[in-house]
Amino acid sequence: MSAKDIFRSKLGLGFMALCATVLVPAQTAWAAASVNKGDTAWMLVATALVVFMTVPGLALFYGGLVRTKNVLSVLMQVFVVFSLLAVLWAIYGYSLAFTNGNGFIGSFDKMFMSGVTTATMAATFSKETYVPEYVFMAFQLTFAAITPALIVGAFAERMKFSAVLLFMTIWFTFSYLPMAHMVWWWAGPDCLTLSAEAIDTVKACVGEAAATDFLAKLAAAADDTAKAAVLNDYASVVNASNGWLFNKGALDFAGGSVVHINAGVAGLVCAIMLGKRVGLGKEAMAPHNLTTTAIGTGMLLFGWFGFNAGSNLEANGLTALVMVNTILGAAAATLAWCLGEWFTRGHASFLGAASGMVAGLVAITPACGWVGPMSAIAIGAIAGFICLWAVVWLKARLGYDDALDVFGVHGIGGIVGALLTGVFVNPNWVGGWAGSGVTDYLAVDTSSKIAAYSFSGQITSQIYGVVTAVLLSAVVSAIALMICKVTVGLRVDEPAEREGLDLSSHGERAFS
Amino acid sequence: MKYIIAIIKPFKLEQVREALGALGIQGITVTEVKGHGRQRGHTEFYRGAEYAVSFVPKVKIEVAVESSLADRAIEAIQIAAQTGQIGDGKIFVLPLELAVRVRTGETGTAAL
Repeated sequence: MSAKDIFRSKLGLGFMALCATVLVPAQTAWAAASVNKGDTAWMLVATALVVFMTVPGLALFYGGLVRTKNVLSVLMQVFVVFSLLAVLWAIYGYSLAFTNGNGFIGSFDKMFMSGVTTATMAATFSKETYVPEYVFMAFQLTFAAITPALIVGAFAERMKFSAVLLFMTIWFTFSYLPMAHMVWWWAGPDCLTLSAEAIDTVKACVGEAAATDFLAKLAAAADDTAKAAVLNDYASVVNASNGWLFNKGALDFAGGSVVHINAGVAGLVCAIMLGKRVGLGKEAMAPHNLTTTAIGTGMLLFGWFGFNAGSNLEANGLTALVMVNTILGAAAATLAWCLGEWFTRGHASFLGAASGMVAGLVAITPACGWVGPMSAIAIGAIAGFICLWAVVWLKARLGYDDALDVFGVHGIGGIVGALLTGVFVNPNWVGGWAGSGVTDYLAVDTSSKIAAYSFSGQITSQIYGVVTAVLLSAVVSAIALMICKVTVGLRVDEPAEREGLDLSSHGERAFS
Repeated sequence: MKYIIAIIKPFKLEQVREALGALGIQGITVTEVKGHGRQRGHTEFYRGAEYAVSFVPKVKIEVAVESSLADRAIEAIQIAAQTGQIGDGKIFVLPLELAVRVRTGETGTAAL
């Protein structure tokens, strides 16, 4: 066993938390470093795929599920929310989410994209491997834009357009941005190398004086225990600026908590605070065109490969595993939902299959880069059954009108996925069940290894992530809705709702 | 002359058209309609939400026939449209005062 391995074996679980990760922040450009063109090409494609998920994928998925008189209002809300958030992301969102600040939010350092150029680079998950900061910013933009758009389904067919835009602006600023920062912001893998050869990097990460000091201490360390102590001290300085949940070790590969739990809970609060649609339970509110929903579902599946596999930020073996897991999670959940309906209703419906597919995609999102393919099937199947239970039983029992089941599918599916990630990440299992484990980047060179796994430790970390997302999103949503209520008003009036939002809010008809 | 209005299940339309054609009835008007009789609609499930669909899709066919042909036409429709299940529909028969062929101005049975 080399000295290096001994340091690591002493780091244990506490350190694993430090290294648990998802997406990576922009880093200062190191001298002589350049972007990886293969990774860059993949990330450009992945970014476009996620755009396609929202516009038109999500819009059509939701559009088919509402009544004829409200189709355009839903398409409109998704398109305009996407556009609003894209602009806000460039103005201040990217800066608040992906710059050093405190554990909960970044700074205004990159407001108006200041300091971002074609030459600046973002770190990936491999040491000394970079993509252009612009592609990282654009990829993250698509996440920031689809998340609020998901909430549209909860308050569909009744919310004022002005209230939608005001709500989204407030919610994005105070719920999405802090969550993204808390879960995804970290110093990057390069900073976790403490060696004299990488002195420039060390200086960039902890400052000139501290870098010299740590390197001197490392050189002076007499034995492996002393070196491990120096490395640990160094890591705590490097990780001090990381997001709070990142340091808690909450694993969220592609946005289960940041995107899905966050949006799902906001949807639930919206559904409760807006109240039921006029005529719910008395009038037929069946989907007006499930063929449209089928097209939208297919686009979501297609775009989700960019969402999940793109979250690896590199094009490598893990990216391919993520793609496989995404397909299998979606497929297993589709089968599970159909089976559940078959047993409880006597037949499997198409809407059930489409809902199951989305539920599976949601649940595999936090897990896709951490688990083996067999675990992906298990996660999808479990999520399929639980989400079916949530939209059929839980919703009826609690009596809220979450029009298109944003909470039942994204909220519940996201929570199931987040918790199961903690179970299936276990690298000690065999074959297709083996998880990827959590990478431990801390070393005196550019190597990295898989950290030890602890079930209770990891589940605790996952619960931190889930509870934070639920509480933050619920509180911010409630306050945002109250602000909307006293300023622009929440709902359109009853005659306008009966007439349909297409005509009353937007002055046009989808079909004529 | 008689004016026969039949409300039938949409998938029975082709059989009814063939049965009427076999009697030598040449003109038929078809409309897609919605409604309910004693059946009072049905229920549909969407993600667990149960909706009462009060108005069931049906097809309304209208034919004008000579009085002598009316009984056979009614019987043909009744047999062709029947499934034996609830919701097979209704046939209404009205006396028809006048028929005019727009192109020629012919009236009465010559216009049928």
